[in-house]
Amino acid sequence: MPKRSDLKTILVLGSGPIVIGQACEFDYSGTQACRVLRREGYRVVLVNSNPATIMTDPEFADATYVEPLELETVSRVIERERPDALLPTVGGQTALNLAIALEEAGILKRLGVELLGASAASVRLGEDRLLFKEAMVKAGLSVLRSGLARSLEDARRIAQPFGFPVIVRPSFTLGGTGGGIAFNAEDFEGIVKRGRELSPVHEVLVEESALGWKEFELEVMRDAADTCVIVCSIENVDPMGVHTGDSITVAPQMTLSDVEYQAMRDDAKTVIRTVGVATGGSNIQFAVHPGTGRRVVIEMNPRVSRSSALASKATGFPIAKIAALLAIGYRLDELPNDITKKTPASFEPSLDYVVVKIPRFNFEKFPSATSVLGVQMKSVGEVMALGRTFHEAFGKALRSLENGQTGWLPQPALVPAWPSVPMPRAELLRVPRPDRIFHVMNALRAGATPEDVHDISAIDRWFLDRFAEVVEMERTLRDLAKAGLGAEPSPSETATVRRAKRLGFSDADLSRLLNEPEEVVRQRRQEAGVDPVFSQVDTCAAEFPSSTPYLYSCFETEDDAPPSGKETIIVLGSGPNRIGQGLEFDYCCVHAAKALSEAGYESIMVNCNPETVSTDYDTSDRLYFEPLTFEDVLAVVRKEKPHGVLVQFGGQTPLKLAHPLQRAGVRILGTPPEAIDTAEDRERFGALLRKLDLAAPPWSTARDVSEGVKEARRIGFPLLVRPSYVLGGRAMRIVYEESELEKVLAEALEAFPGRPVLIDQFLEDAFELDVDALGDGTSIVIAGIMQHIEEAGIHSGDSYAVIPPYRKVPREALGAVRAATKKLGEALGVTGLMNVQFAIRDGNVFVLEVNPRASRTVPFVSKATGVPLARLAARLCLGESLESIGLTGEPVASGFSIKAPVFPFRKFEGTDTLLGPEMRSTGEVMGRDRSFGAAFQKAALGAGIRLPLTGTAFLSVHDGDKPALVPVARELSHLGFALTASLGTARSLKAAGLPVDVTFKVNEGRPNVVDRMINGEIQLVVNTPLGRDSFFDELAIRRTALERDIPCLTTLSAAAAAVEAIKESASASGPSVHPLQEALP
Amino acid sequence: MSHQPAVLMLEDGRVFPGFAHGAPGTAFGEVVFNTAMAGYQETLTDPSYRGQIVVMTASHVGNYGLNDEDGESDRIQVAAFCARHFPARFSNQRGRRTIHAALHAAGIPGIDGIDTRALVRHLRSLGAMRGVVTTELLSEDGKEELRGRILEQPEMTGAALALAAGTSRPYDFGPSGAPRIAAIDYGIKKNIVRRLSAHGLSGTVFPAAVSADQLKAGGFSGYFLSNGPGDPAALPQCVAVIQELLETGKPIFGICLGHQLLGLALGARTFKLKFGHRGVNHPVRDLVTGTVAITSQNHGFAVDPATLPPGARMTHLNLNDETCEGFRLDGRPVFAVQYHPESAPGPHDSDALFAEFAGLVAAGS
Repeated sequence: MPKRSDLKTILVLGSGPIVIGQACEFDYSGTQACRVLRREGYRVVLVNSNPATIMTDPEFADATYVEPLELETVSRVIERERPDALLPTVGGQTALNLAIALEEAGILKRLGVELLGASAASVRLGEDRLLFKEAMVKAGLSVLRSGLARSLEDARRIAQPFGFPVIVRPSFTLGGTGGGIAFNAEDFEGIVKRGRELSPVHEVLVEESALGWKEFELEVMRDAADTCVIVCSIENVDPMGVHTGDSITVAPQMTLSDVEYQAMRDDAKTVIRTVGVATGGSNIQFAVHPGTGRRVVIEMNPRVSRSSALASKATGFPIAKIAALLAIGYRLDELPNDITKKTPASFEPSLDYVVVKIPRFNFEKFPSATSVLGVQMKSVGEVMALGRTFHEAFGKALRSLENGQTGWLPQPALVPAWPSVPMPRAELLRVPRPDRIFHVMNALRAGATPEDVHDISAIDRWFLDRFAEVVEMERTLRDLAKAGLGAEPSPSETATVRRAKRLGFSDADLSRLLNEPEEVVRQRRQEAGVDPVFSQVDTCAAEFPSSTPYLYSCFETEDDAPPSGKETIIVLGSGPNRIGQGLEFDYCCVHAAKALSEAGYESIMVNCNPETVSTDYDTSDRLYFEPLTFEDVLAVVRKEKPHGVLVQFGGQTPLKLAHPLQRAGVRILGTPPEAIDTAEDRERFGALLRKLDLAAPPWSTARDVSEGVKEARRIGFPLLVRPSYVLGGRAMRIVYEESELEKVLAEALEAFPGRPVLIDQFLEDAFELDVDALGDGTSIVIAGIMQHIEEAGIHSGDSYAVIPPYRKVPREALGAVRAATKKLGEALGVTGLMNVQFAIRDGNVFVLEVNPRASRTVPFVSKATGVPLARLAARLCLGESLESIGLTGEPVASGFSIKAPVFPFRKFEGTDTLLGPEMRSTGEVMGRDRSFGAAFQKAALGAGIRLPLTGTAFLSVHDGDKPALVPVARELSHLGFALTASLGTARSLKAAGLPVDVTFKVNEGRPNVVDRMINGEIQLVVNTPLGRDSFFDELAIRRTALERDIPCLTTLSAAAAAVEAIKESASASGPSVHPLQEALP
Repeated sequence: MSHQPAVLMLEDGRVFPGFAHGAPGTAFGEVVFNTAMAGYQETLTDPSYRGQIVVMTASHVGNYGLNDEDGESDRIQVAAFCARHFPARFSNQRGRRTIHAALHAAGIPGIDGIDTRALVRHLRSLGAMRGVVTTELLSEDGKEELRGRILEQPEMTGAALALAAGTSRPYDFGPSGAPRIAAIDYGIKKNIVRRLSAHGLSGTVFPAAVSADQLKAGGFSGYFLSNGPGDPAALPQCVAVIQELLETGKPIFGICLGHQLLGLALGARTFKLKFGHRGVNHPVRDLVTGTVAITSQNHGFAVDPATLPPGARMTHLNLNDETCEGFRLDGRPVFAVQYHPESAPGPHDSDALFAEFAGLVAAGS
């Protein structure tokens, strides 16, 4: 069937901010969907609140709404745009839930909007665990025994026959939020209780445990003619019990025979047909009992998922793109295979390589949370690697993680060797934690057999055998070193090294095992001809020729895709998502690649993050799916011999390669690496500021605690203490008094041993400005100035920010900020992007830091101003001038654009939600409107905070904030809010003549504030920290607020902004929506 | 991991060095590649691979071992077996022995550690060719001699391998009381017999050299033509038997070699494909219903659909290279497919063909 001609306009829903469980894979899928739908001639309307996405670039849709993904707002968009259909399957669970809400509210029916790809009934069947199970049993499939509980009594009754452990999963939550495994009756009650609270329908599934079973996923596609294909099979190395997003996974599946695999394939087809996914992709999970082979269906996602992004990258089969085309009526056999271009898409990819995915965690950001992995996803990103063997792919994935590991051999500082580990050994193997794999390897190194490790960990012996082969090779290499390496590599050395490289050993591994510097190891193997070649991901195991240059390295004999002869430029990507380094940098890399192609170069992308748009082979002219290590990047450079390399777009990851690459004779395009160093090195930067006559808060450095104490006394409290060379404010603390100082210093010194600690005076009550600018090597143009809404002291990534600055900023100060930015940029010779952070106190301007590279705010500023900063920056790196790219003045943003951060606190039990200098947000949303208040309301709503229009506000602030609280409280009172406050705060409000009653703090008596919050008597909380004595009190308030969706403002400036937003909403008749393509009215 | 050297050499002299597995020795054959990612036990034991050196494109082959249930015949049929990696041990609850042990017991050499992708790219561009796997003749000096010996081997075109590939004595199958058919065994896979039984058919499996008279005398309600190795054009006696069976008007169903022989019996021509179809991911469109099935394939020869006589119609099309994957006779219960609806290995998408055949047989009996 050809595509449908009865549809004209199609609404696509994005997935909103990056959160744990829903990351940039949905930018990848949404971007693909928007692109093909437009190419097919449809008018595309997009709603996504996340400004850092490529899909919200105005060129990907006809009308792009960067608006909150919630019912009322999207209804407005539908009324305004009158789409014929809605594609809900490419925006994750957020889009799917929203589509169902629209359907249930009758809006789709009333406005004649058809759901494409999945019906509401099929979505419900896919999501409602009980309905799903019933349907599966009816279709003859086997499932785990379970029951649905709405009370603790129900839950106990259901669990009784299973015995422990028992799995508890709340209904309708993202990424399994709130679920858990109970090993005893006590755990069980706690998990059931929490699960019921988190479930929007207050319901949990109590289920027989399949802990330790083998876990598999199949990615299925179905077209309207009922042709089904399995795009990819994925096997989890971590057995059942760990969320698949937190598991190490491998594709294709490794341990099932064809008989077992085909039975699973049949089941998958039955599932997709039973659930009724008419067209598109689904992800179906299975568990298999390792002893009996009993196979059960675990769950299915009737939409494009994280796994389908992985499957697309693993196989070269673009699931989201094909799903969008199937949704508009095409059949699989009418679509070409995207890679071969000659064979049809109605086939199942065959892999002659192995793909390994390893999740990336950020537990160090949430020290109070347990790092034990379970059914609730906790990873913030992932890496993928391809190799011709499991070992090769695994070794490459390990060194892609950007966590300090350099390959198979663990860094002793990060993973203590076996004899010195504090915990019992079996526990380290049995309990899944992010570093379990290294303990598995250590156990094998210490002489454990794969059988031993299997018995404890339940990891399939096939994988353990491979790890044991790696350990055996380590011994061989050590023996080689013991025997002594000759002046020239001997044939047997070369043969061994070749085998080691084919097992995924990095040069860094070889260096440690052979006791030679990495450079020497590399030279010796290269002399002996042990060099990687690059193979194509071609979907067909080389059966057919393929022209799409999607490449990975391996130590085989033949290169598939020789350089084309065109002049090439390499863009280094940003690696795995983690807090502080996320989607924003991928956005910049994608733009850089586009700019290169437009300028007539062949753009080459190197990256290892499967979730991203940058690793879509459509983004660059050639894609190398490779770790971002010096060794791996150098291999690409040696093959491509590029004109230059761009390192300023991918955040910290590529920056650290700038010097080694430059030393290896590679041209770094854009701002020279020396300038980057000047900005990072405190001494040199201090000298530069002095030379330019710019002020900075007094600062010093210390190499030990006593020096730190001495310097602190000299500078004066409060202080900002942090390790040098950090990203996202790791281990950064504000210190108010000397008694805390020693501990903080010791922690900072420990976080990065050997590095000095930086001590800055902390400018209390200052506010911060963030400036993004572009330079061409001689001059600078300001691209945007953002004001942080919270006072200084909260990491810029965690702060609300508004463009343009809205208040409290004297004109002169803005002028000084502009002048300082220009001076700094010119002095550093910035070519491309730069970001400067300023603090302003009492009208005085202080420079906090300069980053002569792309910053996290580039996409936000680009959306707010309509100027594609990253693309322009890439052109500047190619040698164009600001004048020739047409950027001669500061762009003017229309209305207000506000960025709001989104936090993962719900995923980390017991974590304090109080913000500080260490960044902990995973994503961001943008609110854009004519007035500040309306924009703030949208930003908050986009971030999931629904500001109340009426009710009771609880106020409790520290003494310094009390005067400034009065106008905020007065405004709330005018708006009709009842005021209640802690004793001290109430006293000051009463003194100002405001009606207020007193609510006990937690330790003062009952009912206290937490009781009243639980009782639904408080709708808004303003609570600025009072100090250590009330810490636990406040922690309880903040956790309760988080769990009950009560807006909780921890700074007065945020409270003032929120009140302005409430005022604005109270007077408006529903949300206003504006596409990016139109100026604000 | 084996560290004993072995090589695979092609008739054009290209050599792929690797490591020895299975039995030591030297084996000649046509070198072909298979892109299935699992199902190696079925492939090893599929009589259609007789005389061939099979290269698996999957990275690791042998992961789940070999078991007692999944063999497609009672022995390993391939001349030699090659992959990027044969793990030394397997992990699966049904596994009984390793690839190494199975090859060793069967006296068949295997080789791993070779760059299978380079080998496939070579075969893809130059076509399937003869070759050797050896653990003995490894010296540089002996290279030309070894190549000479490859060139002495018979080519696949013209090879009448099917006559010896199947059973030498007739045997019965299927539930008692079910409609009875005769299956001609050119190298029949066990799963074909199982699928025929599962769809309610019984009968007798006959050796490939069976005469038409013997078949017609058996009182069967239909005839099944099996898969098998070699060149169909080298089997005129089998074609003649089928021509006689066509005159009976009884239902006939052919698979793979059976499809080719039925085509020849109708006067069509067959030809050798450049490198064949071997894998489990080939899309085939049913030209009648328009639906697409993912199919299991293993064939080096194909029927030229342009040479089918009037009254015979192509029914199945390979969407990768648009070759003929099936045909039937208008108004008569006679049909055949080139691919393997019995799978083993591969998807079960096309099982309905057995049902159709069983229906036709039941209707006629």
